[in-house]
Amino acid sequence: MAKSHKPVVWFPFAAGGTVIAFFIPVIVLLTFLAALGHVPAGLSYERMHAFAGNGLGKLIVFGVVALSLWSSAHRLRCTCYDFGLRADTLAATVLYVAAIAGSIASAVFLLRI
Amino acid sequence: MKERTVQLEVLRYNPDTDTEAHFQRYEVVCQEEWVVLDALNKVKADIDPTLNYRWSCHMAVCGSCGMMINGEPKLSCHAFLRDYEGVIRVEPLAHFPIERDLVTAPDDFMEKLKRVKPYVIPKEKKPISEGEYKQTPAQLMKFRQYSMCINCMLCYAACPQYGLTPKFIGPAALTLAHRYNLDSRDGGRKERQEVVATHEGVWECTFVGACSEVCPAHVDPASALQQMKITSSIDWIVEHLIPGGKS
Ligand code: SF4
Ligand code: FES
Repeated sequence: MAKSHKPVVWFPFAAGGTVIAFFIPVIVLLTFLAALGHVPAGLSYERMHAFAGNGLGKLIVFGVVALSLWSSAHRLRCTCYDFGLRADTLAATVLYVAAIAGSIASAVFLLRI
Repeated sequence: MKERTVQLEVLRYNPDTDTEAHFQRYEVVCQEEWVVLDALNKVKADIDPTLNYRWSCHMAVCGSCGMMINGEPKLSCHAFLRDYEGVIRVEPLAHFPIERDLVTAPDDFMEKLKRVKPYVIPKEKKPISEGEYKQTPAQLMKFRQYSMCINCMLCYAACPQYGLTPKFIGPAALTLAHRYNLDSRDGGRKERQEVVATHEGVWECTFVGACSEVCPAHVDPASALQQMKITSSIDWIVEHLIPGGKS
């Protein structure tokens, strides 16, 4: 039996899971606060814009977005599988393409800042 | 001692006479502090001697009395009647072929257990005259939890992946592979990886985690499998991305 190449998709999934656990709840909370008009001083639009304008900042934002998208796509693929949807190749293709498209979009937007 | 009349609904199947399994109701007078196995024993002794099921120790160590109780995989010697109300439904362990009544055929699990080589493969062989292979308490603690498995197969009955993909090596067998991989005296990890790092090995697992929830010995097979995914991924990187790393 040949060894599996699953690590290719699993490693970014695991990394994304860690990122999600650490960053996403905070981001959701901050976005929610911002939507209600309460933006903490340190996170004002100008400062965030400057952060995303900086090369390292771009890399961090891209890393968080891309890894979270990949992780969610892989998790959804597994969930489909758990529920007995055995068209795994199709589910994987659709979900991974969506994650990659989202990552490319975020790269494009970041590069335009 | 308080008595209680318990209604049991037990799956019956006799391969010699039945074309299909069916449920049979029993009304059993039980002691309040009994477990489901006691109720079954009472049925067998007083009501219906033809009922078949496996058990041995009555103390959650032999691992032979696993059944589905109200749809959940449980050791029947550890399923207290006081935790159940109304009719208690007792079925053979899910995902295994029924041999007769509550008795299932564990052959698939046994075969998988063999494939992961669940024994110490010494790093270096030495003659008995050189004495024992020593191990410190700290080295023991690394794998102790994973060595507590009683082979009850509850985790296989709980695992949706095993139900859907019977080729999956499954929680307990993979966890035992991990137990030996973590053993300081062992050098067999590479051999085991041939089974562990395949699609039917750890990569079939989607981390549902049901195995760890039902495990009566607190082995936490799900954690063993996730740890093996990490080490297998590192192996993969070494084998494919690092020049000269191919082993
Ligand atoms: S890992 Fe736990 S549930 Fe699975 S066979 Fe071993 S003791 Fe039973
Ligand atoms: S009878 Fe031994 S574990 Fe239940």
